[in-house]
Amino acid sequence: MGVFAYVAKRFGLYLAVLFIGLTITFMLPRLMPINPVDGYIGQIQSRANGTLTSEAIAEIRTNLEQLYGLKGDIFTQYLSYLKRVVIDFDFGPSFTYYPQPVSAMILNALPWTLGLLLTATFIAWVLGNMVGLVAGYFHKKRAASLLEFVGILLYPIPYYILAVTVLLLLAYIFPIFPLSPTFPVGQMTPEKLGMIFYNSLLPGITLVLAGFGWNILSMKALAVATTEEPYVTYARLKGTSNWTRMTRYVFRNALLPQVTALALSLGMVFNGALLTEMIFSYPGIGLIMRTAATGGDYNVLYGAITLSIIAVATAGLVIDLIYPLLDPRIRHK
Amino acid sequence: MTIESKGVDPIVMAVPTPVKRGRSSFVWLFNLRLGVGLTILAVMGLGSFILPFFAPVDPSIQASYMRNLPMSGAHWLGTNALGQDIFWFLVFAIKNSLMLGILVAMGVTIVATIVGLSAGYIGGRFERIVMLFVDTFITIPLLPILIILGALIRGNTSFFTVGLIIIIFGWAWDARTIRAMALSLREREFINMARFSGANTVDILAKEIFPYVSAYILVGFINTVLFAINTEATLAVIGLSKVEVPTLGSIIFWALSYNALFTGQYPWIVAPIVATVTLFLGLFLTSTGFNQAFASKRGVS
Repeated sequence: MGVFAYVAKRFGLYLAVLFIGLTITFMLPRLMPINPVDGYIGQIQSRANGTLTSEAIAEIRTNLEQLYGLKGDIFTQYLSYLKRVVIDFDFGPSFTYYPQPVSAMILNALPWTLGLLLTATFIAWVLGNMVGLVAGYFHKKRAASLLEFVGILLYPIPYYILAVTVLLLLAYIFPIFPLSPTFPVGQMTPEKLGMIFYNSLLPGITLVLAGFGWNILSMKALAVATTEEPYVTYARLKGTSNWTRMTRYVFRNALLPQVTALALSLGMVFNGALLTEMIFSYPGIGLIMRTAATGGDYNVLYGAITLSIIAVATAGLVIDLIYPLLDPRIRHK
Repeated sequence: MTIESKGVDPIVMAVPTPVKRGRSSFVWLFNLRLGVGLTILAVMGLGSFILPFFAPVDPSIQASYMRNLPMSGAHWLGTNALGQDIFWFLVFAIKNSLMLGILVAMGVTIVATIVGLSAGYIGGRFERIVMLFVDTFITIPLLPILIILGALIRGNTSFFTVGLIIIIFGWAWDARTIRAMALSLREREFINMARFSGANTVDILAKEIFPYVSAYILVGFINTVLFAINTEATLAVIGLSKVEVPTLGSIIFWALSYNALFTGQYPWIVAPIVATVTLFLGLFLTSTGFNQAFASKRGVS
């Protein structure tokens, strides 16, 4: 019964987050003082050197408003927006790559982003927790403080600084990796896969370094606190080895808040991934967003942000659904 | 500006002295962390706020000097491809970033404290609805929203609109933490005592709970300064903030878009990296230093 209530509650939260998130995305452009339709018409005008007649402009405006879903009062717009996004997964065509549909562009980029993001997050989380556990469990030893110092040094450094530094060090001063990576498209062959892997290493290293520091510090603090618990003292008096105490007693218990923290920090991890993609020209959602933002391709931007919200919320839900498997207190309530 | 942190051996810094009582070694650790952090902040803060009065020209004006001059006595870090003095641009960048960070942190702290305390103390349906919004704001990835806003209002934005947007989307983390603390305080005896003595909700929140939470609010404030500087810089690096204003992000934006790496203009790209890392380390050491000090002083967590 405990598990059922937990899952139901968590699923309700998921739907609520999606609903509020989509509503915010819907409201944002309508609260802005700027009308993207005007901006786009201005763009067309300047491309046509101002030769467009006012009838043509009016027709373009009607078309665009139809395309953006700007017809009717705000409530009708809202309902048709939800229907288009949730049921049809349709964001209209891209302006820059007309008439390619936005959903296809995003679905093409999604595997790239997910592949990089999931691998890097997983490595950073596992490594960071291992280092943090050792640093916390042996916190009275000198060497452990050195481990923590790595975390202190890495954690406050922002993503973009890490990315630029990694680029500077590993592609310029020590030219191990290419400065401007190439990602082959089309039919996959072993060579192409190898090239993709090689070119993905730099953004991957950046993401791992960025996640690493936080995991060390957080796990270290948790492990120090858990080491003071009476049940760990009891295990020590019972004669269990250091290794057993560290893994079975301290780690099992310190792990739970770390899983929750991972679920909560997914949004930030995702932000970092987008930024890393932009700086390294990695062909994921982040790069699409950057191109769309500079080119004023609003349909693509809305598609990307909607998908981002859905992806992050879903990943959080998955982690929370795994949680009862790790925490017996929920299973046996 | 990194002399203070270099003077301290990193290993010694993180290791408590072997004193018998654990508590006193803890306090010693806090002093050093906080000391190093505050020193960095003081040097960078005072430096960036006082030095601009001595600036020869406004560094954001382009073509004030010859382009691409090397490091020299007249231009300590040389000039960039836009004819701006890199040293003065950096000083103004630190000042602007710090100012934005502090203003945003004030806004975020006020909103987060009010929301967090009231949700945690009042509880019930009010808390559930508020927490739903808090969790949503935490879950929604901030950067895509900022990119859309940046693309929509680009060119028509002021530097402080960017700050306002960061406040609107940045209050949720702190509110969550403060609410958790208020929640644990709600059950304490002295709160009941105050209530039975006839204190109303606002009185209890302001006079009984706030003093306990205030320590965390200070730590949260510093962390939010860090977060705000970081967020604005991130936007600037991808060209969606007001990049004409010198900030720690816009300087890197210009360096990257003029390919400072290819043309070998190291100071242009390395100087802001060193400055950012030092500043962020200073902020982070200060916040963890305070945190440890308060944690050992009071049993609130």
